[in-house]
Amino acid sequence: MSRIPAVFKRLHGAGRKALIPFFTAGDPDKGSTVPILHALVRAGADIIELGVPFSDPMADGPVIQRSSERALRNGTTLRDCLGFVAEFRATDTITPVVLMGYANPIEAMGYDAFADSAAASGVDGVLVVDYPPEESAELHDKLKSRGMDSIFLLSPTSVDERMDDVARLASGYVYYVSLKGVTGSASLDLDDVKSRIPRIRAHVNLPIGVGFGIRDAQTAHVIAGVSDAVVIGSRLVQEIESSQPGQAAGNLERLVSEIRRAMDSPA
Amino acid sequence: MQMYDLPDRKGHFGPYGGVFVAETLIHALDELRDAYDSLRHDRAFVAEYEYELKHYVGRPSPVYFAKRLTEKCAGAQIWLKREDLNHTGAHKINNTVGQALVARHMGKKRIIAETGAGQHGVASATVAARYGMQCVVYMGSEDVQRQAPNVYRMKLLGATVVPVESGSKTLKDALNEAMRDWVTNVEDTFYIIGTVAGPHPYPMMVRDFNSVVGRELLVQMPEAIGKQPDAVLACVGGGSNAMGAFYPYIPHKQVRLIGVEAGGLGLHTGKHAATLCAGKPGVLHGNRTYLMQDDNGQIIETHSISAGLDYPGVGPEHAWLKDTGRAEYVAVTDDEALDAFHALCRLEGIIPALESSHAVAHAMKMAASMSTDQVLLVNLSGRGDKDMNTVARHSGLSL
Ligand SMILES: Cc1ncc(COP(=O)(O)O)c(C=O)c1O
Repeated sequence: MSRIPAVFKRLHGAGRKALIPFFTAGDPDKGSTVPILHALVRAGADIIELGVPFSDPMADGPVIQRSSERALRNGTTLRDCLGFVAEFRATDTITPVVLMGYANPIEAMGYDAFADSAAASGVDGVLVVDYPPEESAELHDKLKSRGMDSIFLLSPTSVDERMDDVARLASGYVYYVSLKGVTGSASLDLDDVKSRIPRIRAHVNLPIGVGFGIRDAQTAHVIAGVSDAVVIGSRLVQEIESSQPGQAAGNLERLVSEIRRAMDSPA
Repeated sequence: MQMYDLPDRKGHFGPYGGVFVAETLIHALDELRDAYDSLRHDRAFVAEYEYELKHYVGRPSPVYFAKRLTEKCAGAQIWLKREDLNHTGAHKINNTVGQALVARHMGKKRIIAETGAGQHGVASATVAARYGMQCVVYMGSEDVQRQAPNVYRMKLLGATVVPVESGSKTLKDALNEAMRDWVTNVEDTFYIIGTVAGPHPYPMMVRDFNSVVGRELLVQMPEAIGKQPDAVLACVGGGSNAMGAFYPYIPHKQVRLIGVEAGGLGLHTGKHAATLCAGKPGVLHGNRTYLMQDDNGQIIETHSISAGLDYPGVGPEHAWLKDTGRAEYVAVTDDEALDAFHALCRLEGIIPALESSHAVAHAMKMAASMSTDQVLLVNLSGRGDKDMNTVARHSGLSL
C-alpha cells in the first residue's frame, strides 16, 4: 500500500508541512542515487520524487534537461530506477518514493510489467508529466489495483472543470505547478499561489503540493504556510551538477536540512 | 462503404494521436480545438483562406508530366504535383497561412515555430510578416549549419531564429524547445506546428490545411489523363505533404498511397529516419505514434541527408493508415535520393528539395516495372535551392 497518505496524516497531526525533494536518478552517476535518497531522508524529506531520465524532457528547463542527459549517458533506464527504489527499500521502509517522468519509457516497458515491477520495488506513487487523465486511465487503474497512488499536475491554466477531471483519478496528493513555464524558470508568483490553493481545495480533496520555481529556504517557508507540501527540484539538481565527485549526497543533505528548518520555523 | 471520419473528438486515429501534454498546455489546446472547430465551418474564414492561397501562395499548383524522366525509366508515366512552385518554395505555406489566420482570429500576436529544413520556419516567418505578427523560430543548431540559406531568409523576413543546442540538435529538439516556449508564453503565443504531429488538434488541422493539394489533384489528374493515377507518392518526415496529398484519396481505394521515408545510410545500418518502416509505437511530442526508440523507450537519433525528414516520429494518422493497410510505407537511402535529385535536375530542369527527391527516387524504381499506360503521381513537396550546400558537399565541392 502507498505510504503517502500516512505521511500527510502524521504531518497534519503535528501541524507540519511535507518537504518533497526531486532529483534525477542516475545523476551524477548510478552509484549515487541510493546514497542521495538516504541523505535526503536524513535531511528531513517526507516524500521523495525520483526523476526517471528521458531523452526529450519537454516540460523541463535546462537544469533538469542536463541532468537527464547525464543520467542517460550513464545508461540509466526505467528498470534501473525501479532497482534503485528496491535497494533503498532494503533499509528504508517508511519514506514514500514517487517516480516522476515521461510516458514513453513506461509505454516501452508495458503497463502491466511496469505496474508489477513498481509495486514489487516499493514505489508509492507515479507522476507522468505527459499522461493527462484522459489518456492514462488504464495505467492508473493498474497502479491503483496494486496499491500505488497517481499523482497529477495542476497549473495556473487549469480551469474548474479540469480540476474535477483530475480529482476523479488523482490520489496521494496533487502537485500544483506554480508558474507557466518549464521547471527551473523564474520565480513563482506568491500571490497567485495564495489565491489558487483555496480554489483547488474546493475541487480536489487531497493534500496540495506546490512546486516549480521554489529555489530557497525563504520561499519554501512562505509556500509551506499556504500549502500542504513543498516540492523542490531544479535547485537541488543544480547542486548535484556543481558538486565535486562524491560530494553530491553531502551537499544535498546540508541544503535540504536548511530548507527543512526554514519550513518548520514559526511564521 | 464505411466513411473515413478520423480523428475522433479527442484526436484519436485508432490507438494513435491523442493529447499527451503537460497540464499547462491542456487549456490552450482546448481553446485551439474549439476555435478551429468553429472556423473551419465558417464561410468567411474559408473564403479568406482560399483567397490567400490563390493570391499569395499562387495556387493551384500545376501537375506536370515528367516526360524525359519517364522515358529514362521506361515504364509508368511519372507526373509531378508542383508544390515547389508555391510562394516560399514548398507545401509548408499551405499550413502556415491557415494557422496564422487561426492565430489572428484568436487574437494572438506572437507566433512560434520549429523547423528542420527551414522551409516551415521560412513559411512561418513569411506569414508573420504578411499579417504583422512577431515570430520566433526554433531550429536545431546542426540544422542551422546545414540549412544556412534558409536561416538568412528567416532573418530577412524579420523572424528571430533561436539555435537549439540540446539533445541531438535537430528537429525533435527544436520541437521540444518550441513546446517549452509555448508553455511559458501560452497566453499571447500561437504555436504553428509544421507537420501533422503534435497533440490534437494539430495533426488534423495541419492535414486539413495541406489537403488542398489532394483536392486539386482529384480534379487535375482526370483533366490531364482522363483518370486518377495508379499511385500517389510523397516523402514522409512528419508527414504533412504526404497527408495533404493522401487524405482526399483515402476513399478512392483503387489509388495506392505510398509514403517514402528517409532510409539514410540503409535500414540495416540503423542510421536512418524510417520511423514507420523500422520504429515502434510510443508517445512523443503530444501524441501516440510510431517512434525511433531503443528498448528502454528513449528516443534515438535519426539520420537523413535531408533535414526535413530527420525526425524520429511521424504523424499519428500515418501510423493508422499503415496499420490498416490503406497506405504503404517504404524507405529510400540518401544515395538513391541524391541520384533522383540529379536526374530531375538534368532531365526536367527542376531542382527538387532533397526531401521530395526521396519520393521521386521511389517512383523511378516503381516505374521501371510498370506499363506505359500506368501513372505515378509524385508530390514534389519543395524546391532544392536550400540544399545547394549539402549537394555540393556530397559531390566534393564547397560553394
Ligand atoms: C520540401 C519539404 N518536403 C517535405 C518535408 C517533410 O515534412 P512533411 O513530412 O511534414 O511533409 C519538408 C520539411 O521540412 C520539406 O521542407
